[in-house]
Amino acid sequence: MSMILNDEQRMLQKTAREFVAEHAPVAHLRELRDEGDATGFSRGLWKQMAELGWAGIALPEVYGGSELGYAELGVVFEECGRTLAPTPLLSTVVLGAEVLLRAGSEPQQAELLPGVCSGDGILALAFQEAGRFAPYRVATKVTATADGHRLDGEKCFVVDGHVADRLIVVARSSGGEAERDGLSLFLVDPAAPGVEITRTIMADSRNAARVVFDGVTVGEEATLGRVGAAADTLDAVFDRATLALCAEMLGLASEAFERTVAYLKTREQFGAKIGSFQALKHRAATMFCDLELARSITLDGLRAIDEGREELPSLVSAAKARLADTAALVTCEAIQMHGGIGMTDEEEIGFFLKRARTAELFLGDATYHRDRFARLQGF
Amino acid sequence: MADLEQFRADARAWLDEHCPPTRRQLREGETAPAWGSPEFDAQIEGWKREICERGWSAPTWPRECGGAGLSPEEAKVLAQEMARIRAVPPIGGFGMYLLAPVLLEFANDDQKKRFLPDIANGRVDWCQGYSEPGAGSDLAGLQTRAVLDGDEYVIDGSKIWTTSAHLADWIFCLVRTDPDASKHEGISFILFDMKSPGVSVSPIQLISGQSDFCQIFFDGVRAKAENLVGVKNGGWTIAKRLLQHERSGLSGMMGGAAPSRKRKSGKRPLPNFHSMADLAAPYLGRDAEGRLADPFLRDGIVGVEMDNLCFGLTMKRSSDGAKEGQEVGHTVSMSKYYASELNKRRQELLVSVMGTQALGWEGEGFSATELAQTRGWLRSKGNSIEGGTSEIQLNVIAKRVLGLPD
Repeated sequence: MSMILNDEQRMLQKTAREFVAEHAPVAHLRELRDEGDATGFSRGLWKQMAELGWAGIALPEVYGGSELGYAELGVVFEECGRTLAPTPLLSTVVLGAEVLLRAGSEPQQAELLPGVCSGDGILALAFQEAGRFAPYRVATKVTATADGHRLDGEKCFVVDGHVADRLIVVARSSGGEAERDGLSLFLVDPAAPGVEITRTIMADSRNAARVVFDGVTVGEEATLGRVGAAADTLDAVFDRATLALCAEMLGLASEAFERTVAYLKTREQFGAKIGSFQALKHRAATMFCDLELARSITLDGLRAIDEGREELPSLVSAAKARLADTAALVTCEAIQMHGGIGMTDEEEIGFFLKRARTAELFLGDATYHRDRFARLQGF
Repeated sequence: MADLEQFRADARAWLDEHCPPTRRQLREGETAPAWGSPEFDAQIEGWKREICERGWSAPTWPRECGGAGLSPEEAKVLAQEMARIRAVPPIGGFGMYLLAPVLLEFANDDQKKRFLPDIANGRVDWCQGYSEPGAGSDLAGLQTRAVLDGDEYVIDGSKIWTTSAHLADWIFCLVRTDPDASKHEGISFILFDMKSPGVSVSPIQLISGQSDFCQIFFDGVRAKAENLVGVKNGGWTIAKRLLQHERSGLSGMMGGAAPSRKRKSGKRPLPNFHSMADLAAPYLGRDAEGRLADPFLRDGIVGVEMDNLCFGLTMKRSSDGAKEGQEVGHTVSMSKYYASELNKRRQELLVSVMGTQALGWEGEGFSATELAQTRGWLRSKGNSIEGGTSEIQLNVIAKRVLGLPD
């Protein structure tokens, strides 16, 4: 598959760029933050995005999707990244829907996926239990009851957890604390007795929640896939979510870079545009190269999903390590090159730094993915 | 389309006859006693002679210039068929890769007919007279002078970093033909015979030892005025175009080829990809889980391997873009910069991995790989200097791509 966007993908890119620029510019995120908006994104806007086909872009037609692929979904993520548009794309369309597609029964899929495609249903995958990504480190316990299961434990950084219509919970049915085997997946009603959800306010002004399960009971029909064998599902879901997040990071880093280059061309000191100083030129040119590499690995990774390539996990780790490093470099340099104005809340560039750092740590940072890449490659 | 398939069939038949297995490169793992022997060399010489006679060493060039006048589509089919049978590329070198493209673009018909056939069939080896002792990064500051005297230019000055000048037959050379014009506007691009009286060559010893680099001295060398290419004092345009060909070639040589899609086994999903790790394992050892035992060097190795992967994919993306007619000019500076810096990192890391075993200069106590590593590490320092320094590449990106002001 060519790494250059085809006509349809370019059209999608244009539509998405214009839509978010008009309806969800950075000012939109600022407004949600300043007003302390209870939802954390605009439900009306999400509905419109779903009507444009973004939510169901890679989902089966039978549930209202258009069965395109991650090459297309990546375009949407990248454009939303450019304006830091807050949407449930990652929580619902990737993390939630991918779990259902892989581990859900037909009735479970039929119940929830149409709502994902139409923009009416929000899903949240509750897996993380500590600050750093460790996919198999799950202490939340599931025990068998007479007619189902009982969940006890605590999750953090559950994206869109406080607005989800349904939670998907990773819990341990057997094995030691960090063991790959023994993980299970359950659908949980957020209103069920024993579920306590607290929205956490993050630096990037995006949604996350702490969720406590205290003796929550679910029936047998709430089980997603085979008990104790969730790791294969999770690996595949995290790989896809990581690449989608990489596409978002590519968009935000590209935008932060372009804004910075534009600033270098307008800001004057010592009687000259600061962009004429070689100390800044070379750093800008270096970032350009880093972004080109970031774009290449992201595009290839997204296509590897669509082509079902076996080397996908290695590409995912190479992509996330590269995007984590590049987005950090670009957003930090963006602040430095903007100087004092870059430190003010009034200037938007700081929003990019905050989102970059959050996205960097979510689903594994560069250190995590370099280690994983080496393991996958046998060293 | 039907014509193209007919061409493919004809090309295949001709290649089967003139490039039988005895005249091809070996496949991985194949051994043949003849490889490298005088008999084998004679076979390869025969192959080169025959394909040059057919004009297929430069297939798209006009027939009167030593080519075969093929269309780009036919040339692509021919390249596919040659790659399929692992035919040895017949002609390489500075003439084919650097000079010929600018001759085709800028030379007059007479010059094309006189110089291109000898490039196409490899009869003349060329060298590149660009850098001077006083003109490195500031190439346009060159001082070698050419003064018109009748129908000849008289050339005085010196060129440095000229690869294989001691073996070259002819030189393409940048000379100053108008000392009073601004520095970019007084330069001409001229061709002359390296056996001309007044030309002398001395090889340069590098920090890594012997090299192909030379310094050339011109003392009253006489070059025919008819061998000035393009417009007098208009050589800078040609010089820059040739540098683009050079930089894309250099970044290609330093690795970063797109990873093969083919898989050898399930265990190694990215084939031929952890050569550094294989090289490092005997020096660093592995822990109980099979990881390289030094976590910091392992992190460095994986970083270089990943960046190499990303760089290779960037080259693929730029070639995908070229196929669809998208501008790729800027990628030349980017890839030259990135490939150079990446190779330096790789070489530094390998020295750290091997320790003092990678600092042996010659003689006993070191494997051939270790001795080559010492030289390779030192030689890599030149990657970011030759063909335009990294700083120059960053300047080009800042100006041409990002549009930052002077």
